[in-house]
Amino acid sequence: MLLIHCPYCEDDRPELEFANAGQAHVVRPSHMSEMSDEDFEGMFFIRDNPKGVNLERWRHIHGCGRFFNAVRHTVTDKFLKVYRAGEPRPTDAELAELLK
Amino acid sequence: MTRIPARGSRLGTKTISFTFDGKTYEGIEGDTLASALIANGVHLMGRSFKYHRPRGAIAAGAEEPNALVNVFRDSARRQPNVRATVQEIYDGLKAESQNRFPSLAFDVGAVNNLMSPALVAGFYYKTFKWPAKAWDHVYEPFIRRAAGLGEAPTEEDPDHYANRYAHCDVVVIGGGPAGLMAAKCAADKGNSVIVCDENAAFGGWLLSDTDLRVDGMSGAEWAAAMVAELQANDNVRMLNRTTGFGYFQQNMVGLTERITDHVSRPAPDLPRERMWQVRAGRVIIAQGAIERHMVFPGNDLPGVMLAGAAQTFLNKFGVPVGERIGVYTACDTAYAAAFDLYEVGCEIPVIVDHRTEVDAQILKQAEDLGIEVIKGGHISEVTGRLRIGGIVVKSGADTEREWDVDALIMSAGWTPSLHLSSQSRAKPVWDETRGIFLPGESPQACICIGGCNGTDELADVFAQAAESVGGKAPKCKIEDDVSTSGGMSGATGDSLQKGKAFVDYQNDVTAKDIALAVREGMHSIEHVKRYTTNGMATDQGKLSNMHGLAIAADLLDKPIPQVGLTTFRAPYTPTTFGGFVGHTKGSLFDPRRKTPIHDWAAENGAEFEPVSLWDRAWYFPRRGETMHEAVDRECRTVRETAGIFDASTLGKIEVAGPDAAAFMNIMYTNGWDKLKPGRAKYGIMCREDGFIYDDGVVGKLAADRFHVTTTTGGAPRVLNHMEDYLQTEFPHMRVWLTSTTEQWATIAVQGPRAREIIKPLVKGVNLNSESLSHMSVSECEICGVPARLFRISFTGELGFEINVAADYGRSVWEAVWARAEPLGACVYGTEAMHVLRAEKGFIIVGQDTDGTVTPHDAGLSWAIAKSKPDFVGKRGLQRPDLVKAGRRQLVGLKTSDPKKVLQEGAQIVANPDQPIPMDMLGFVTSSYWSGTLKHSIAMALIEGGFDRMGEKLYVPMEDETIEVEVTGSVFYDPNGDKVND
Amino acid sequence: MTSVAKLVRSIPLNGFRFATDAVTIEAASPAARLSIRATKRGVTSLSKSLGLTLPADPSKSSKKAGRHALWLGPDEWLVVDEKLAAEDLIPKRASREFSVVDVSHRNTAFIVSGDDAATALNAGCPRNLSLKAFPVGACSRTLFGKAEIILYRTGRTVFRVECWRSFAPYVRDLLCEGAKDVRN
Ligand SMILES: [Zn+2]
Repeated sequence: MLLIHCPYCEDDRPELEFANAGQAHVVRPSHMSEMSDEDFEGMFFIRDNPKGVNLERWRHIHGCGRFFNAVRHTVTDKFLKVYRAGEPRPTDAELAELLK
Repeated sequence: MTRIPARGSRLGTKTISFTFDGKTYEGIEGDTLASALIANGVHLMGRSFKYHRPRGAIAAGAEEPNALVNVFRDSARRQPNVRATVQEIYDGLKAESQNRFPSLAFDVGAVNNLMSPALVAGFYYKTFKWPAKAWDHVYEPFIRRAAGLGEAPTEEDPDHYANRYAHCDVVVIGGGPAGLMAAKCAADKGNSVIVCDENAAFGGWLLSDTDLRVDGMSGAEWAAAMVAELQANDNVRMLNRTTGFGYFQQNMVGLTERITDHVSRPAPDLPRERMWQVRAGRVIIAQGAIERHMVFPGNDLPGVMLAGAAQTFLNKFGVPVGERIGVYTACDTAYAAAFDLYEVGCEIPVIVDHRTEVDAQILKQAEDLGIEVIKGGHISEVTGRLRIGGIVVKSGADTEREWDVDALIMSAGWTPSLHLSSQSRAKPVWDETRGIFLPGESPQACICIGGCNGTDELADVFAQAAESVGGKAPKCKIEDDVSTSGGMSGATGDSLQKGKAFVDYQNDVTAKDIALAVREGMHSIEHVKRYTTNGMATDQGKLSNMHGLAIAADLLDKPIPQVGLTTFRAPYTPTTFGGFVGHTKGSLFDPRRKTPIHDWAAENGAEFEPVSLWDRAWYFPRRGETMHEAVDRECRTVRETAGIFDASTLGKIEVAGPDAAAFMNIMYTNGWDKLKPGRAKYGIMCREDGFIYDDGVVGKLAADRFHVTTTTGGAPRVLNHMEDYLQTEFPHMRVWLTSTTEQWATIAVQGPRAREIIKPLVKGVNLNSESLSHMSVSECEICGVPARLFRISFTGELGFEINVAADYGRSVWEAVWARAEPLGACVYGTEAMHVLRAEKGFIIVGQDTDGTVTPHDAGLSWAIAKSKPDFVGKRGLQRPDLVKAGRRQLVGLKTSDPKKVLQEGAQIVANPDQPIPMDMLGFVTSSYWSGTLKHSIAMALIEGGFDRMGEKLYVPMEDETIEVEVTGSVFYDPNGDKVND
Repeated sequence: MTSVAKLVRSIPLNGFRFATDAVTIEAASPAARLSIRATKRGVTSLSKSLGLTLPADPSKSSKKAGRHALWLGPDEWLVVDEKLAAEDLIPKRASREFSVVDVSHRNTAFIVSGDDAATALNAGCPRNLSLKAFPVGACSRTLFGKAEIILYRTGRTVFRVECWRSFAPYVRDLLCEGAKDVRN
């Protein structure tokens, strides 16, 4: 069972309290109805499946209830960083730094 | 056979009687089943898996591959595959050998041993290839019969099991010298410590070694003192009979504590096992090392065992394993075992050492005792049938000598236990000089110490233990510590060519099998493992992995690390399902949710059905009524008079805040701006892909407040879905969501006399259609308590839904019933509710939709607000596949034979005479007998269904083909006049 | 108009009590409960009208004269009042800054007390309940077996366990299992 740091509760909590909510930073455009079929496919259906650093959403569903983002390494399962919903995606340089 | 009581560090004084294969034996308190049987001269304890060869205990602990028995208290408490070396005896213990028929000494399955050329490695792959049908009828039943070890009980397990989450600074797995010292040092620094050991007593190897002295105490005395000190510390929890079976993420370890398996008459309150899920700041792994056997022909005869096991049987249980004991070794520790046995009067006719060079001091010791040592020799043959009788030893150039023995002890050296370390994702590191894998550095906060770290000298072990917890070991005076130097892996002599030299006892894999696998092209250890099944039995290759690897590496002429090491997986030793289940059974398997009105329904004869986690009243049979009759009556009564229904399980969400309507516009396909406070509306929720996700009636209580209802099963996911959009896509919106499902008890009153029933109970609103028309909501008082009264209908009749705070639910229900009953109204359950709604063509999300149905497909295009710039699903609904012709659409079906009720899920075709597989046009989603309409009704999803009105289609069933006509889905009161009465 | 006698609340498992020598489990008496969601400004005005501060820090609670405010999330609180009715606590006027929803009947509660109360809870609650990690006054939504609960430590050896009413029999049964197992 993972131990996940919730950026809202500011505490490490057991994985049981959380639900994974898929890939992070998938932008829902404000004018969705004008999207091309290809763009919609990319936005809704296509997901990264990296071996290594993964940016993903979690919800502290049986805790504070908040959605937040996490940088997790899919090989080691290590959480490299958690940050609140709405905060920007870490830059590639920041991700590289986290991996060190 | 005599006991040597002076040697039994674990023995009590009480005599204990038990049975094995129906025969009664006596053992002594503290004995394991294996030690007690050997004390009674019984070495034959089981038959092997494939060849049904006679087998005895090879080991004395958890790694035992052979001595698997069935232990039972009664017909339900019957545990197969129990290792006799682990099971402690208790008064009245009943054990049976396994895998033999009719008896252990004479087993007809042993004919497999003669057929063994046909059962070599890869035999499953070679034999059971074709034809496919033979799998069901021939191969699988055969394999199941032949390959099973024990037999699982068929009755429900009457025992209970406990679960405990625990947190500590340091958890120590293994309570031998390393573990005890680490626990002491950690505790001395003020840490909270949990230390566990799989055995009944802490001390590990110290309990089997009589030479060693620590500060003048014997190993057993030192361990006892240490245990007493730790037990006196409030910060330390000592768990004996507790196996650390798995290492999970972020220093979580799973421990399974066996509480009653060693007790004659367990207190009924005690759980049989307790599962500990421990999250530790630091994990100290002190699992020790496991001795390897020698690989030579006949190395599985009862009486052949590990030297360390023989030493344990002697020193822990006072049981010498034979009278005339041969020794076959490649490691120094076997000498210590031999000397111990010699000391208590056993004859040691010969020590065969596979090595050509042996430590001079040890040789001198043997010589002093008059024990002959043959260096560079190997055992080429053993004699005996159910017990070893002699050995044939080859050494030098073809000299062959024979000895009579009644036991043979062996050691090929010690394998550090890397299981938990490896599960923590540390990569094992190959130590070329010692020929062993050592634990690598773990990415988690864990450290291996002692035997599992390959550490030999006790002084080093203590220093390492202290260092692992950042503490300091007390100074100890250590005398007569035995060296574990030496060791080898692989086959000896010509056992790759001749005889059966077992590498894996439990799966009956021989050295020849490994060689065959390599010859047939298996070049990685993972392939060799799967082809031969080496290391795949319940002992997970604790003894065999290194030998298999060494043989393969040798034949491939590659260094061992290049052939690879197979992965260690949890659990370390077999763990009961009961332990994993823990409390989660019976009433605790899942919460069974009940409404505030549930007890009334139960008292009034309701039958219940499970709906998600809820128990819902299904129907209310009166005396002598069948379900069909009851449902018919309930439907008829609602249509003719009225019925009341417990709708409390409906999900409810309060959506409040100045942006509530704007948010509803995003989440539902409908428009919410124009809805006036006091009005209600049927809403559809889609996912982004345009498919229906949920539905329900929504009441607008005020400009900034909605009472949203969801399906019973959909409530949690709908709230999650809404929170997701609110928090991450529209965080600027001022709107808040609160689940109120359980705040309200919901009572539906439906039927022509519904108004009459509730009227006297309601205060604050006029119930006539002018002030409370169909699809409205009012905050009023019912029975003197605040209520939200909806005028809505899921039946097609005049209808109301009363919401009152749940603690008043039953009282209000009873008040309504007191009004309804004298008028001839009824209570109805979910089945009648389903029929009534189907007669009106109302869908049930999840029954008439399956996650691939759009509102258009369901005939609900009217519920989509086309002018809204955005809602979840708007873009999805424009996808090419969702707008193209020929989609499955929800229509009604009438059977040509009105009495025929279709089966839900049945497939529908245009031409029933076409060859199989037929072209399926769709399937039946809902189907009922309509007593009101006097014919069966159904809903179905059918390709291009809306354009098929009046068409005849067919439902092919196993024994008949049913003709149906496609119709609209509203069967009853198509103009909807009744709801407006 | 039929006259209706004033209805009395009938809470789930009313009067339930189970005790071992180390743990006592009791159904809590009926209470008023408010689910509060609020902006920062909303917090200020609500704290004033409720007469106790809605705590700003995670997992903290505040209390005053039988009224408790539990932090559940960055904009979410549960207020429990053991004396008054919810109607008396809910602000009469709607606000742009908060939402207050009566959940008095949605939840029900158990009081778990005794030297081994934390251990009994750990039969199903995966959280570290040591006084260091979960001190007196700490509160949190979490899990107890398969039920979501709100756990609130009101004393060194006293916890209030709030759950949705239909989960109460499950929570009760698991609490009893946990209580029975602590001393074994
Ligand atoms: Zn949180």
